This record gives sequence, C-alpha cells and structure tokens, in this order.
Amino acid sequence: MKEYIRMVVVLTVIATVCGFLLAAVRKGTETRIEEQVLLYVQGPAVNKVLSSSTNDLIQDRQEISVQGQDYLIFVGERNTQPWAVAFERTAGGYGGDIGVLVGFDIERDIVTGIGILTHSETPGLGARVSESIFTDNFNNKTLNANFNVKQDGGFVDAVSGATISSRAVCSAVRKSLELYPEIKKEIVKQ
Amino acid sequence: MAKAKSISYEFFKGFWEILPPFRLVLGLCPMLAVTKYVENGLGMGIATTFVLLFSNIIISSIKSVIPKKVRIASYIVIIATFVVIVELVMQAFFYSLFEKLGIFIPLIVVNCIILGRAEAFASKNPIHLSAADGLGIGLGYTMSLFFISAIREILGAGTFFGMHIMWGSYEPFAFMIEAPGAFICLGLLLAMMNLIPNKLSGAN
Repeated sequence: MKEYIRMVVVLTVIATVCGFLLAAVRKGTETRIEEQVLLYVQGPAVNKVLSSSTNDLIQDRQEISVQGQDYLIFVGERNTQPWAVAFERTAGGYGGDIGVLVGFDIERDIVTGIGILTHSETPGLGARVSESIFTDNFNNKTLNANFNVKQDGGFVDAVSGATISSRAVCSAVRKSLELYPEIKKEIVKQ
Repeated sequence: MAKAKSISYEFFKGFWEILPPFRLVLGLCPMLAVTKYVENGLGMGIATTFVLLFSNIIISSIKSVIPKKVRIASYIVIIATFVVIVELVMQAFFYSLFEKLGIFIPLIVVNCIILGRAEAFASKNPIHLSAADGLGIGLGYTMSLFFISAIREILGAGTFFGMHIMWGSYEPFAFMIEAPGAFICLGLLLAMMNLIPNKLSGAN
C-alpha cells in the first residue's frame, strides 16, 4: 500500500512541477509567438486575400466584438476608404482544427479569396488544402454560391484523398459567411 | 561497475563509439524525415541535444525518488516538458524553422534516443556523467544529421544552407531529397561506418 501511495505522490509532484514550468514558459513566450504568427502566418494570407489594399493590413488590424464575442479583423482600405475585410473562422478537420481566413469585398459583397492559417492535417494529403490550387476555388465568389465540395453538391473541387479536410475548409468558410453581415455592419458604422 | 568512468569518456563516446544513429541505431525516424535540408537537420539536432541534456540532468538528479514501477511514465513527463519548452522557444524566436520542422518537434518526445539514454544511463549514473552523456550523444546526433542532410541537400537540390553551390548546369538529383533517398543515404553511410574500422583493424 505504501508503495502505491508513493507512486501516486511522486508522479503527481513531477506532473505538477512540469505543469507550472510549462505555464511559465508559455506566459513568457506568448506575446512574441503572437507577433511571429502575425508576421509569418496571418501576414502573407491577409495580404493575399486583400491584395489591392493600400494600407498596412497587419498594423491596422482591430478587434471588434459581435454578439458578445471578440473577433480579430483585418480591414483593407483603398484611398483611406475601407473596401474589404478578412477574418478567421475554424472548423474541425481530420487532424484538428483548420483555421481559415476569408476575405470579403464589402463594396461588391463577394468573397475575394481564402487563406489557410493553421492546420494539423496529414502532410501530402489534407495539408494540401493550403495550396493555392485548392484555395483558388474560392476566389471572387458571390455570397450565395454553394460553398460545398462537389460531392455535396457545391462548386469546390476537393483535394483528392482529402475530402474531410476539404469539407472542413468549406464549413469554416460558411461559418464566416454567417458572421460577415454583422462584421460588415460594424465596419460601415466606423 | 568495474570500469572507471570519466566525464570526457562519457562525452566523447557519443561522437564515434556509440554515435547515433549509426552505432546506436535509434532516432531513425526524425533522421529520415527532416534531413532534406541542412538547416532542418541542424535545427532538429540542436533541439534534440537540448532535450537530451536537460532530461538526462533532471532524471539523474531525481532517480532515487522515482519508484521503479512508474519510472517510464515519469521520464516521459519530464522529456515531454522539455520538448514543449523547445517548441515554444523555437516558435517565438525561430519561426521559419518551426514551420519547416512542424510535426517533428513534438515527436522528439518519442525519439528513442532520449528515453533510451534516460533508461540506460541517466537512471544509473551521477548527474555530471549524465550531463556529459546527454551532451555528447546529442552533439553526435547533430553531427550525423548535419552530415546526412548535407549530402542529401547538395546532391538533391544542388544547394547548401539554401545557397547554390553546384555548377550552373547541375541537374539536381531530386531522388535524394525524397524518402527513398534518405534510406539509401543512411544505408550507404552505415555500411561505410562499418567498413572503415574493419579495414583499419585488418579484419575482413
């Protein structure tokens, strides 16, 4: 009995100490990681989907709250007038959540394009949803288009062998479509 | 324990006598997966060295309090902690390397070299020897990864650290940066590693 108690105690102590250590490291690197992600992950994607903007998209990012939830949005401006907005929505893929940045043209109400921000899909299969051959499917689509893969009656050419990942991207895009009218309202107000 | 152990012996054995992954045939998965380019190979080696050094030190220093039956679980928790630290630090300061190594950083947890050294060495030896062992094996592993990735990158892409070093008309031998190229490269190097000492000692 004594032996069992000892095992439990030792393992608990080790796990607790490790937990605290990790929390401390995480806290210490948090802001720096956020900056790096903005620079390396969101930066290129935002600049791609809102490519004809004249402002610094990363610097002009803002947080807005819609229905009690905060969203990070990137507003594209032309001649100091906002013309487009991009934000991220996630959906569960094959290996975890896929974060999809969707750009909207608020003047013409169309999807300008999408970019994959985060994913943990299988390299060579699901991970290929981040390649432009797949993401270009979504360029310049009207909001009433059927954002589904072809098997489900939509217009999106799924990556072969990666239907689950492709569906997840479509589902994230549909989620952002739901949110878009609210976000547009907020931007027009400003 | 008849043999007297010295720090320098424990350190330098990792460079030839039990050089991973050629002598100590462990840690093959990351070595096959990330040695496409020198930068990746070197980054992986350094990350592994860091984890190996610190997990060896910690495990050696608390070896007397860990009950035998839960030792593997304890080792894994400690190793995993250092791997996550490496992952966070790399993400914060070397983001492009972090993106390239991707899934293989968390997989350092299951790199057999690390658990192998914890079980075979750190759990039986004092701290200073365990530190020397971890550092030596880690640097030896880094050296091997560097060597293999240099061969693969130069032949497979015609570059070294991303710089073009082959003559202009060189047609990259793309096979070398694919997975089969890794196996063949590793096999040939292993064969050479066995051939040279045999020749030197006059055996057949």
